[in-house]
Amino acid sequence: MTDTQSAETLVHVRHISKFFPVRSSFLPLLRGPVVRAVDDISFTIHKGETLGLVGESGCGKSTLGRLILRLYEPTSGSIQFEDNDVTSLRASELRKLRTRMQIVFQDSYSSLNPRHRIGQIIREPMQVHTDMTPRQMRERTEELLQLVGLRKNHGERFPHEFSGGQRQRVNIARALALYPQFVVCDEPISALDVSIQAQVVNLLQDLQRKLGITYLFVAHDLSMVQHISDRIAVMYLGKIMELAATEDLFRDPRHPYTQSLISAIPIPNPRRERERRRIVLEGEVPSPVNPPSGCVFHTRCPLAQEVCRQQVPEYREIEPGHFAACHFAHQAVNIDPDAGSGPAA
Amino acid sequence: MSDILSVRNLTTRFNTFNGVVHAVNGVSFDLKEGETLAVVGESGSGKSVTMLSLLHLLPKTTTTVSGTAEFKDGEQTHELLSMSEAEINRVRGRHIGIVFQDALSALNPVMTVGEQITESLTTHLGLTHKQAYSHALELLDNVGIAQPEKRFSSYPHQFSGGMRQRAMIAIAIACGPKIMIADEPTTALDVTIQTQIVELTRRLQREMGMTVIWITHDLGVVAGIADRVMVMYAGMPIELAQVDELYENPQHPYTEGLLGAIPKVGDSGAERLLSIPGAPPDLFKEPRHCQFAWRCDYAFDHCWKEIPPDFSVGERHYSKCFYDMDKEKPREQ
Repeated sequence: MTDTQSAETLVHVRHISKFFPVRSSFLPLLRGPVVRAVDDISFTIHKGETLGLVGESGCGKSTLGRLILRLYEPTSGSIQFEDNDVTSLRASELRKLRTRMQIVFQDSYSSLNPRHRIGQIIREPMQVHTDMTPRQMRERTEELLQLVGLRKNHGERFPHEFSGGQRQRVNIARALALYPQFVVCDEPISALDVSIQAQVVNLLQDLQRKLGITYLFVAHDLSMVQHISDRIAVMYLGKIMELAATEDLFRDPRHPYTQSLISAIPIPNPRRERERRRIVLEGEVPSPVNPPSGCVFHTRCPLAQEVCRQQVPEYREIEPGHFAACHFAHQAVNIDPDAGSGPAA
Repeated sequence: MSDILSVRNLTTRFNTFNGVVHAVNGVSFDLKEGETLAVVGESGSGKSVTMLSLLHLLPKTTTTVSGTAEFKDGEQTHELLSMSEAEINRVRGRHIGIVFQDALSALNPVMTVGEQITESLTTHLGLTHKQAYSHALELLDNVGIAQPEKRFSSYPHQFSGGMRQRAMIAIAIACGPKIMIADEPTTALDVTIQTQIVELTRRLQREMGMTVIWITHDLGVVAGIADRVMVMYAGMPIELAQVDELYENPQHPYTEGLLGAIPKVGDSGAERLLSIPGAPPDLFKEPRHCQFAWRCDYAFDHCWKEIPPDFSVGERHYSKCFYDMDKEKPREQ
């Protein structure tokens, strides 16, 4: 499976799965059911691109991001980062690789040590991974603070002295300390106010242009993702439903779930918004402990047929670079909003 | 259309150990019967506190509220802010219902959902338990909760996020209120569930002829549902207009900035988003001049001298800004 035309592959994910056991506190050793957080996913991330990863809460998007950095051990499958097989590296090799891949978390407060000064927080990766002198580290810290739009003297402050947007800048500065090639942005803007979201997204894009970083940008709605991403992967219940270049995904969404997510993006234009018919999906996301048979989306899909209940649709390339997991993806059917909205609305 | 609620110069201050927080600084607005008024602002802009103040839902010991709020109930007019606890109790839930953002903490965890709905029916409408029970089942069905008989005796933790929000809406509309205040009812929900709740609220408003105040931080969400929009910043309404007018012809630099910060569908990402530099002001300081001046590209010396009044900038369109965006120069005073 190749979806590369000319771009070089930086990360290659092959059939990765992560199941979390649901342990009962009463009989902890009993083998119980598992949460199928990530279920047999394959895709690639190109060098220098931003891949958006979208899905509702509990779909496994954050787990997938963490699997790539091997913050979780996968249940099966492999992940290749350039020439290294991330999933089979020894601890010492992995530590070396960590300098090249970093993460920015959603909660900017709990991901910063409240007892450390900002300067110390940004210096820590350098202390762990490099043999820089204290002076070099101080200079690099100041450089990083300026790079993310903070002042040099902010290094003396503690995390609680900053606003949410500023703390997210500190998180970004720390992630960039070791010149990483790849950064997983795990909902970095979800907790921020609208005007501050735009600041952080602009910053991430500027840094990408300046430093050539590759991003995996995780988010729960499409509106900001479509702005920042070159390609977008849509996840539902541990599986990728559709993956395509941002333009293709919006022009010609092949999966009914993608269509409904696009329809849910609010348009800041009252006239168009009033006329627009939204696709209202019925019901809610089923439990990942006991996912539906066949296509996992069939319980909410307005277009579901008998075959969807029985057979798992294959995740395949319908057009060059456009992947989808739907039995009817090749027919390019669109949901009719009038037929789609049921009594649940 | 007549005004159902007229708020004048509402001011709310919190007294804390670290000083006085100026949460709401002189809010005035009229609510027309049957309309949907969207109140938009970032966190800390005072949009929720304004509504909580009206309904006496803030802790009395640490809060100072002043101003007036006249609520019209048919021929009678009630002033909400000077009401006693017993009097406001007859308004809350009966005439004005409220839906909160976080349904899990707003619902009582040790009462069944059904009991929480019947509670207001028996208290306000004087229904018997039997009548209240059958009415509650209708309400649950009406807000789209399947198997109402079974769900009546469920506890909030047994509901999913979307269902809890539906249950809260059922409680809010139980007594057929004139006004429903929806305080970010969809913010904590997944996008597909968000769409469901928005559609539900729209339908209920149509069927019941309610007036709705929809509080949100997202100008995108309210574009399709609001009749008028009030934008708040640092505890003040800085712009108020008909929805079409506000989006097409924003007259305050802050509104312009908020609209620019929303990515357009189909943009390639090559364009930078407009972002507003800086962060919202410190509410511990008493406002003495335009609170947006620090972050404003158009600010000039007069902006630092006094708080701008509400300039009328179009038909029922008000902006709290000394700068005339159309003429691209400071306003004549």
